[in-house]
Amino acid sequence: MKKKIVSTLLVAAMVAGTLTGCGSKNNSETGNTATGDAKDGATETAVASDGDEGKVINIYSWNDEFRTRVEAVYPEVEETSKDGTVTTLKDGTEIHWIVNPNQDGVYQQKLDEALLQQADAPADEKIDIFLSETDYVNKYTDADADVAIPLTDLGIDPDTDLANQYSFTKVVASDANGVQRGSTWQCCPGVLAYRRDIAREVFGTDDPAAIGEKTKDWDAMKTTAEELKAKGYYTFSSYADTFRLYGNSIANSWVQPGETTVTVDPKIMDWVDDSKEWLDAGYLDKTVKGQFNDDWNKAMGSSSKVFSFLLPAWGIDFVLKPNWDGADGEWAVTTPPQEYNWGGSYVHACTGTDNPEHVKEIILAVTADEDNLLKISKDYSDFTNTQSGMQQAATDASFASEFLGGQNPFEYFAPVAEGIQMAPLSAYDQGCVELIQNAFSDYFQGDVDYDKAKENFEIAIKERYPEITEVKWPE
Amino acid sequence: MKTKRKGVSYAKWGYIFIIPFFLIFFIFSMIPMVDTVRYSFFEYYRSGIKEIGPNFIGIENYKSLLDSDMIKYAGNTLIMWIIGFVPQIVIALLLASWFADVRLKIRGERFFKAVIYLPNLIMASAFAMLFFTMFSTNGPVNSILMSLGWIKSPIDFMGSVLGTRSLVGFMNFLMWFGNTTIMLMAAIMGISTDIFEASDLDGCNSIQRFFYITLPMIRPILAYTLITSIIGGLQMFDVPQILTNGKGNPDRTSMTLIMFLNSHLKSKNYGMAGALSVFLFIISGILCFVAYRITNDSDPDGSKAAAKRKKKEERKRRK
Repeated sequence: MKKKIVSTLLVAAMVAGTLTGCGSKNNSETGNTATGDAKDGATETAVASDGDEGKVINIYSWNDEFRTRVEAVYPEVEETSKDGTVTTLKDGTEIHWIVNPNQDGVYQQKLDEALLQQADAPADEKIDIFLSETDYVNKYTDADADVAIPLTDLGIDPDTDLANQYSFTKVVASDANGVQRGSTWQCCPGVLAYRRDIAREVFGTDDPAAIGEKTKDWDAMKTTAEELKAKGYYTFSSYADTFRLYGNSIANSWVQPGETTVTVDPKIMDWVDDSKEWLDAGYLDKTVKGQFNDDWNKAMGSSSKVFSFLLPAWGIDFVLKPNWDGADGEWAVTTPPQEYNWGGSYVHACTGTDNPEHVKEIILAVTADEDNLLKISKDYSDFTNTQSGMQQAATDASFASEFLGGQNPFEYFAPVAEGIQMAPLSAYDQGCVELIQNAFSDYFQGDVDYDKAKENFEIAIKERYPEITEVKWPE
Repeated sequence: MKTKRKGVSYAKWGYIFIIPFFLIFFIFSMIPMVDTVRYSFFEYYRSGIKEIGPNFIGIENYKSLLDSDMIKYAGNTLIMWIIGFVPQIVIALLLASWFADVRLKIRGERFFKAVIYLPNLIMASAFAMLFFTMFSTNGPVNSILMSLGWIKSPIDFMGSVLGTRSLVGFMNFLMWFGNTTIMLMAAIMGISTDIFEASDLDGCNSIQRFFYITLPMIRPILAYTLITSIIGGLQMFDVPQILTNGKGNPDRTSMTLIMFLNSHLKSKNYGMAGALSVFLFIISGILCFVAYRITNDSDPDGSKAAAKRKKKEERKRRK
């Protein structure tokens, strides 16, 4: 009898062991979508009111950029742990940084899972702040989804507190009714960064003002491209480089609110035609396909034949600089053929946060305070979201960059920022932008014809967004 | 305790001890499987962060799948599998018969076994990353070929259909031929040495020995290899996914069925993905059945056929 009991116990223990093992793994890794079946009773906590702040602030982001900005300018920061996952504030509150990479939509997947569980999560596990990029900010500011708190509900008045921000950044962070649901510390006007040594060889000068005359619009750009080609240089590296300039000037959003039709703007088709023309004419490097790949990075090296790149402030700092293997001072920036914006990280307060006071303070400190923003500009070469501050920086010699040979890039960023007309956004932008470039890249390479490329885009976009029923091409 | 015992049966303990497996299988495999089939009849996906459905729509998902390019992706999968499998089985057979041949006495057999198995230990995605870098237009392979003077301008491996498919097939071959070799070696060594000795005495040369003794004797293992490879091939995705960044470039010619499934899961389209999984299940079922029938002869020594012939002749004679 004893034996029997012992073995029954053993079996029970085994079953229990394996089950709990799998169960917890399932919860933490794949994110159980079941709504709180195994949760304890004491989970529902009402959103804390004033003076009753939670002890943990959870911030979702895709890299340490926001953390470094917060550390730099938020006065309450005490210290950050060595691995960068926990920042302790002076009052003992901890900021937990939950970082997932942006590649392949991993960040959005993790964030979406967490947002779906937000209502059932214990107070200290609720998301308090999350970040989004311009490409998909619309998905999170959506009024129906209601995952980002309107700034006014937090006690921030966009009209007074954020008056100095560039107005297009405010539009981007607003929902369809014009309610602002996020704020950003950066503004990403793009410029044209070019190699001084190539400029000297081909044009006899590397003066940004003189080169700017040659790149100020598309007609001038084409003449310049011809000159560069004659000396064996490429104007840009890849057809993807110019996409932002066209994509940012579309008249209507990819998908109109409430519709299930993707409307391809004529501007996008202009990009296709021009890119094909430029590629066939030899103005672009045929071997570089797309961006953020090995070939693209190499095109920024000293042995490459590529004259220029179209990049915003972060691009020069995060992309160009690490890939450049020559001496400092070999690059300069000048006027791009068209004003454009590329990127931008938006900070949102998450619905259900238990730390509204801290969240408000952080958002104000990082995105509204002019001194803080100027500090960020100086320390991290960000182009920050303060109109008066950036005008000041444009004439302040202390903002000169060593990498650009002592040139003050803000002189060129500031006018672009003022001229940006932000294209209307939709929640489908990321997929549309990514997939159309991909579909037509086969056409540029000569693998498929024009109509087949269109067809491939239609297939791909319907796969990505099942609710899309039709794709309308310009006449 | 007064009940009389009529002998001790330990059979139940066997069942009790396998309960955990079945319980776990039921919870973590069976239920999701049934759910997959169930959701394949529903419209169920996520738009942004809003969930749509589940709404019952009958066999709509299956219909739209048949209207899509699914057949093309199945073809891609098949072609890439063949490109990888043919050299894999040939090389594996060759290596296995060399290593298992007692008369060749190859030294360091264990060392070679380990070495040829090594590629399988590397994660497929890491392997694909490596190839992606090596074969990129400005990558090391092109620079080597150019500095050797074999080619004038860099070859765009990943820009051509043949290049991409061959790379995928080549990688699958490299990753799996070691595994197959070891399996076939075990099979060959399982053949009784008596048979080989007898064939030697009869003056059989090595080619004859391979085709008339080794091959027929390892047929069950060959069948197993074929079946597992087909199932593996159907599920091929990691290598082309990483190599083409999930796009199946160029012109979706290296898009496999599972990559197609994956692109539906990007929007959490459980309905479509479920329908596709059901299709996959049916296809792999059929393929397995066919492979099993081809290789698993129910008449291994020809006695049944001989009996049949005899009967026929007898019938004829009686007439």
